[in-house]
Amino acid sequence: MSAGAAEMPPVVRRPRGSQDVRARATRERIGRVVAPIVVGLAVLGVWQFLVSVVGVSDYLLPSPAAIAEEFVAFAPAILAAAGVTGFNALVGLVVGTVLGILLAWAAAQWRAIDAMAAPVVAALAVVPIVALAPVLNTMFGADSQFGRQAIAAIAAFVPVFVNTLRGLRQAAPVHRELMRVYAASGTQTFRTVTLPTAVPFLLTGIRIASSLAVISALVAEYFGGPRGGLGSFISTSAASSAYARAWAYVVAAIALGLLFMLATALLERIVLRHRPAA
Amino acid sequence: MSTTSVAPAPPGTEGQDAPRAAARRRSGGRGRRTAAAWGWGALGILVLVVVWEGYKALAPEDGVLIGDLRVLPRTTDLAMPHVWEMLGRLGEPVTRAEGSPLLWAAVALAALTTLGIAAAGWLVGLVVGVGFALIMQRWRLAEWGLKPWILVSQAVPLIAFAPVVKSWGSRVEIGSWEWPDWLSVAVIASYLAFFPIAVGALAGLQSPARRDVELFRTYAAGYWSTLLKLRLPAAVPYLLPALRLGAANAVVGAIVAEVSTGLQGGIGRLLIQFAGQASGDPAKAWGPIFGAIVLGLVAAGSVALLGLILKNYRRGEAA
Amino acid sequence: MNAVTISGVGKTFDTKEGTTVALEGIDLTIAEGEFVSLIGPSGCGKSTLMRLVADLEQPTTGSIEVFGKTPDRARRDQDYGIAFQQAGLLPWRTVAENVGLPLEIHKTGKAERTARVAELLELVGLSDFGGRYPDQLSGGMQQRVAIARALAERPRLLLMDEPFGALDEMTRERMQGELARIAGETGAAVVFVTHSIPEAVFLSDRVVVMSPRPGRITDALTMSFAGKTGREEGLREQASFFEMVTAVREALHQGSPTTAVRGVETR
Repeated sequence: MSAGAAEMPPVVRRPRGSQDVRARATRERIGRVVAPIVVGLAVLGVWQFLVSVVGVSDYLLPSPAAIAEEFVAFAPAILAAAGVTGFNALVGLVVGTVLGILLAWAAAQWRAIDAMAAPVVAALAVVPIVALAPVLNTMFGADSQFGRQAIAAIAAFVPVFVNTLRGLRQAAPVHRELMRVYAASGTQTFRTVTLPTAVPFLLTGIRIASSLAVISALVAEYFGGPRGGLGSFISTSAASSAYARAWAYVVAAIALGLLFMLATALLERIVLRHRPAA
Repeated sequence: MSTTSVAPAPPGTEGQDAPRAAARRRSGGRGRRTAAAWGWGALGILVLVVVWEGYKALAPEDGVLIGDLRVLPRTTDLAMPHVWEMLGRLGEPVTRAEGSPLLWAAVALAALTTLGIAAAGWLVGLVVGVGFALIMQRWRLAEWGLKPWILVSQAVPLIAFAPVVKSWGSRVEIGSWEWPDWLSVAVIASYLAFFPIAVGALAGLQSPARRDVELFRTYAAGYWSTLLKLRLPAAVPYLLPALRLGAANAVVGAIVAEVSTGLQGGIGRLLIQFAGQASGDPAKAWGPIFGAIVLGLVAAGSVALLGLILKNYRRGEAA
Repeated sequence: MNAVTISGVGKTFDTKEGTTVALEGIDLTIAEGEFVSLIGPSGCGKSTLMRLVADLEQPTTGSIEVFGKTPDRARRDQDYGIAFQQAGLLPWRTVAENVGLPLEIHKTGKAERTARVAELLELVGLSDFGGRYPDQLSGGMQQRVAIARALAERPRLLLMDEPFGALDEMTRERMQGELARIAGETGAAVVFVTHSIPEAVFLSDRVVVMSPRPGRITDALTMSFAGKTGREEGLREQASFFEMVTAVREALHQGSPTTAVRGVETR
């Protein structure tokens, strides 16, 4: 085996002196913050360069500046649309979470429910739920946002159910046996051991569900139903060749997704603040 | 991974005494357990059917309203057709016109079209995703710079771009080559597949224990042989769930993109078209829905099949 | 030529709490074919010392030679084989494929590889298990596969970091007997890290006693069993064996007079 250039870098860092290592740790901390920012700015720069210097057409890629302009110009409309979509997503998230917790609890109690629900939920996880949107619009009436909320709820339900059920089963055998030694009742065991163990899993489920709820609520708007949400404005703007405006709505959709993600991540942080990091 | 509902299975620990999981998995009774699982699953679906029909039979025609807000749907045949009508409709012709194909055949053809586009997108997402993961594994600076963006991208509705990508169709020409419409759809499918695959592949490539990496170092093994003999095989248990999620994402992306770009021929178009005819033929709208469900299951099932082929690489997984 | 020559080696690590001196002023030579155990309580740097020889870490001061070369050169030349506390077999490879892994990486021909793997499996008594997967073996068998793998390139030096640490006592004693036989048959020098006194005494020509904070060598005892040189099971019950165990134990206690020798098994 030759000592070629292909030799992989040493696995173990090679500290030659203490300053060296501390410097490396500092460099890593800085790198982890600076590198993504640099990448983001570089993408923006290349984007603007493509549009203003290379001259990529508007329909292919509007310039960041043009999108920002549209965003400011249509701010009230965009905010209102984000409100509609955000509310749908929120209702879906809450309903889906409640259903997910209840069914997970039932599945943890009764094996039959688990056996029946597991394959159906596994299927739901890979099936395009949004396909139900047009039918739901008929079921609830064309003027109702309910179809979208239902889609968001089903989408949110899946990760909440899966993670909560897993969490309910995570109680360490040593803890369960301890409760048995104490002759604790079923409710006591559930309250003191099973539930606290499950909470972090539930919160992970909610965090995943929040993103899915936003995505589903938005996408459901492409399948018809009343106007007013971000999704419908993205399609109308694109259809009327107002590409920069369409992108401005897309930016709002991304911001909405981030808002939901941050809110649920914060919830997770607050609830688990007294627990050691896993 | 933020949009995964099932986290990658961490490989199990070694060094325990007594033959483990694999031996147990091969032991008898497996066939019976599989059959029981299918049976329970069928029962679960039956329960859904009973709930549907029970609600339809018992609830008021106009649904359940609280104030002006309808919280449970209308139960008319128009809003909620009987389950047997939905299934029966599959066996009837699409339209009354002469020579019209049966509904199930039309749905199957559309589903196959969409599956093809989704598969193309998935493959592109796979190649690009694994490529990014390799780069991020090799250079820490790349991981620092890219990974936060990829993680965040998973949590935001990137699919919102779908209508915008439509504008690329038929307006991009390179020489005599014109951007076909289906390519817009495939592009959306591919970038939705990309994100979970990149994240899963990176986690997998970084998964070998320090002990294993050191062993390869004592062999003076180079980057490539460490990659081929250690990192890639170790990545399989992480990659498979990511690929399944990627496949599901690609299908959703393809359907949504078909709807928002108005592409003909796929299941997305059928969903919209038949829903528009629902006032006269409510059961018909359910045909493409069943098609979409089967489509999602087939896509995920294909990845599961891949998992069977690679089963020896999953021995590290905790049973 | 010596198998290993360690002169004036020191090693410091940086942790959040500051700089830890893991090793200080280590001088040690190991002859070809010699079996040397490194023993000491947790934190005495015995594993670190072995990792320095393996070129998995670099000394802060001093120098190490393996067969007269730098550890880096020796690693590239595959002069040593290594086994860790965990067997560390790749779960997706069969036993035979695991044993053949280093040969495969070093591009040994297929026919030669197959022959060598068969020979190695024979040596560790696992000829019937070549087609099995690691998860189908017991812990002791997995460790034997790891030893076979360490021997694949016919190294003249074997580095072992508590290879039997995770095994039960009965399996452990049997494995010690096997290792003594294998080391004798191959004629390789062995550096054996352990925290079990009887294990060190039973296996070694020389037991190197280390103490922590900072890691130093406090003593090196040559094992002699009243004329006996073989490592048969009967050795464990001889008076001279117990004398050696006592000698090592006392050396360990002298190394850390104030505190009890935590982490050292005296069973």
